Amino acid sequence: MSSSLAIERDNIRKLFPDTFNQARKSRIKGQIIFFLILIYLIIGFFTLDVVDIPKKWKPQNAAMFVLDTYAHKDHVTMKWENPDDIKIAFEGNYRSVYGRDNLDKSIPEWFYKNSDNIGNVIEFNNEGKAILYKDRVEIVNFPKYERNFTIKLNTNSKPYVVGSEDLAKDDLKGFRITENRVEFRPTLHERVQVYPKKVEIHRYSIGWKYFWFDFSSPLEPYSFFEALGLTFSKERVVPEMSNLKLFLTEIKDNEAFMHGRVWWAMLETIVMAVLGTMFATVMALPLSFLAAYNVTPIKALRFTLRRLFDTLRGIDFLIWSLIFLRAFGPGPFTGIFAIGFTDTGTLGKLYSEAIENTEKKQQEGVQSTGASKFLQHRFGIIPQILPIFVSQSLYYLESNTRGAVIIGAMGAGGIGLQFLGALGTGNDFENVAYMAILVLAVVIFMDRLSAWLRRILIGTDQLIVR
Amino acid sequence: MSKALPANLEQIEVNLKKLTNQRTRSSLLGIAILILVFFSGTLVSLEANAGSFGRGIANFFNYPRDLFIDTFEMGWKYWPRVVKYIPELITTLNIALFSTSIGFVLAVIFAIFSSRNLIRNKRVIQFTKFFMDVTRSFPTLIIAMVFLYLMGKSSLPAVIAITIHTAGALGKLFTEAIENCDGKPIEGLSSVGATWTQKIRFSVLPQVLPLFLSYGILRLEINVRESTILGFVGAGGIGEMLAALIQWNYGADVLACMFLLVGTIIALDYLSAYWRHNLIGVNQ
Repeated sequence: MSSSLAIERDNIRKLFPDTFNQARKSRIKGQIIFFLILIYLIIGFFTLDVVDIPKKWKPQNAAMFVLDTYAHKDHVTMKWENPDDIKIAFEGNYRSVYGRDNLDKSIPEWFYKNSDNIGNVIEFNNEGKAILYKDRVEIVNFPKYERNFTIKLNTNSKPYVVGSEDLAKDDLKGFRITENRVEFRPTLHERVQVYPKKVEIHRYSIGWKYFWFDFSSPLEPYSFFEALGLTFSKERVVPEMSNLKLFLTEIKDNEAFMHGRVWWAMLETIVMAVLGTMFATVMALPLSFLAAYNVTPIKALRFTLRRLFDTLRGIDFLIWSLIFLRAFGPGPFTGIFAIGFTDTGTLGKLYSEAIENTEKKQQEGVQSTGASKFLQHRFGIIPQILPIFVSQSLYYLESNTRGAVIIGAMGAGGIGLQFLGALGTGNDFENVAYMAILVLAVVIFMDRLSAWLRRILIGTDQLIVR
Repeated sequence: MSKALPANLEQIEVNLKKLTNQRTRSSLLGIAILILVFFSGTLVSLEANAGSFGRGIANFFNYPRDLFIDTFEMGWKYWPRVVKYIPELITTLNIALFSTSIGFVLAVIFAIFSSRNLIRNKRVIQFTKFFMDVTRSFPTLIIAMVFLYLMGKSSLPAVIAITIHTAGALGKLFTEAIENCDGKPIEGLSSVGATWTQKIRFSVLPQVLPLFLSYGILRLEINVRESTILGFVGAGGIGEMLAALIQWNYGADVLACMFLLVGTIIALDYLSAYWRHNLIGVNQ
């Protein structure tokens, strides 16, 4: 059986030698290309320092970054020279100090102010406690630690851990001891630092605190829905304005998350994308007719327009935005025109190709009734290409939203610039995360919106290309 | 029959009128919405823009003119300047090419796991699709800036950002390509007892490979632009050089970089159109 198959195969091979050779040739060609790509990737690996990733990747930095995006922290500070004056501040901000006006009411519930011999207790989320005395700090009850620790200042007022000489290195896990500082950080969420002058304790909790109402807002004691409920009640929280107005202005003027500014910036970015796309569509529409050979008989005009499209597209929106930034200054106009000019080139090219690919018969049909050239185009071409036009423009709307964020970051304003600013401060990572999520949501929304519009306008949400 | 006809015609006439009216109404509504969007957008822009619109239009040609004057003053000494920036350009191209290649491979893997005709498990498909949506929707700039912050200035953040975005963007297109491919070769291979990998290798891959390569080349062109932009925020290459030159106000050098960039992008544009034409026989 197998021998007869082999004979059969040999016969076929003899009958169609070209086919088999070609297959072998193309296989060898494919292998060569594959190896070339492999060699390039190896070269790229080294020229682009990909091997350095482990060296450059600082897990501590990344962990802090991620921690700050989902958690907030409270600072407790005690100066050795005045141990009675303990300051509790949100994120260490001097403007958000707890209990500044009314000490008993608003100090957080995890802080216990006691008499001197008991000490002031800070309770962490893992039930570990740090106890502040006049002359020492005690760290007690931490899970996974068998003993408690005491940190004191020596005669040179340098901090040290009492009895640390007798402890094994393993027992001091979580401590970082240098000459002027003793730091205890068993997990990322608790941190006790003792300096010669002061004690600073960071207590992390999960969540975005003060997301709706900031620290000093009169609505701060209420949750979002409680405050929303208050807008229907007659009693005013503050006498100056109605509750609804207070509710809205407090959210808008939130100092921590800056909703008003961020949303305005987001609006600017969306305006850039939408108006830029509209501008490009309006410009490209007539130009594309003039650049299509079945509409315009003048070859020189067509050639010029084609090269114009290439140039507009080739000068990337990066360069356009640099030029417009000089002219208009930071603001949406820069983005609108940068996107508009680039996309006039792109859409002009796509549109004119679509016009050239239209069916001739419809136009001939209109022509046979004695219609003028204009009417022929109006009823012979436009109905055919309108879905393609709409589809293409809407398709570009989504990618332009991303483009507008980038143009914004290069100086035109909008959410891109806000993002750059928040990242630059180096500690507002919850704002960075907030804006990243907002951008993601808006881009996905624009994507869905354009798909939905395409579906209701032309019946399919796929990009139509002809 | 003949009696019924006029009544029918009348009905058709009425329907036609109704339809025409409806179409006119919805067109008018659409136009009204567009005008509304346009005006409110313009109002927002006028409010938010630092300089006035009129002055901006008037100043539009100032900067390009300054650049050209600077260049003109340099005379023949100009060309060595242009050559000087070619290594930077090569860095930018290298970033783009490398991350497109890696992103391409990732995209193929994602696409296989999100195609309905290859994977039976709905959960896997949904998860992969969602994952691709997320990676695709983040602007590269945002990913790159976060990594730049974490890793310091180098080209790596750009490579990572472009790779992530490319994997998502190509993955979506690849999925569509795989889902639209002809099912008969797969059935044929199933009938002779081919395994899952063999089916992909011998029936799906030959069908979609030209399309994949074509999309990949198109993506490469886009990624060259992206890597220039990422250079602008500190990821190296000609973008970073351009940003520095603009700050120092070296007009001639700025124009040199711009020429190099525009030349490269236009060349790539033609080259990619040519390659894609060769691969799949059409321009798009």
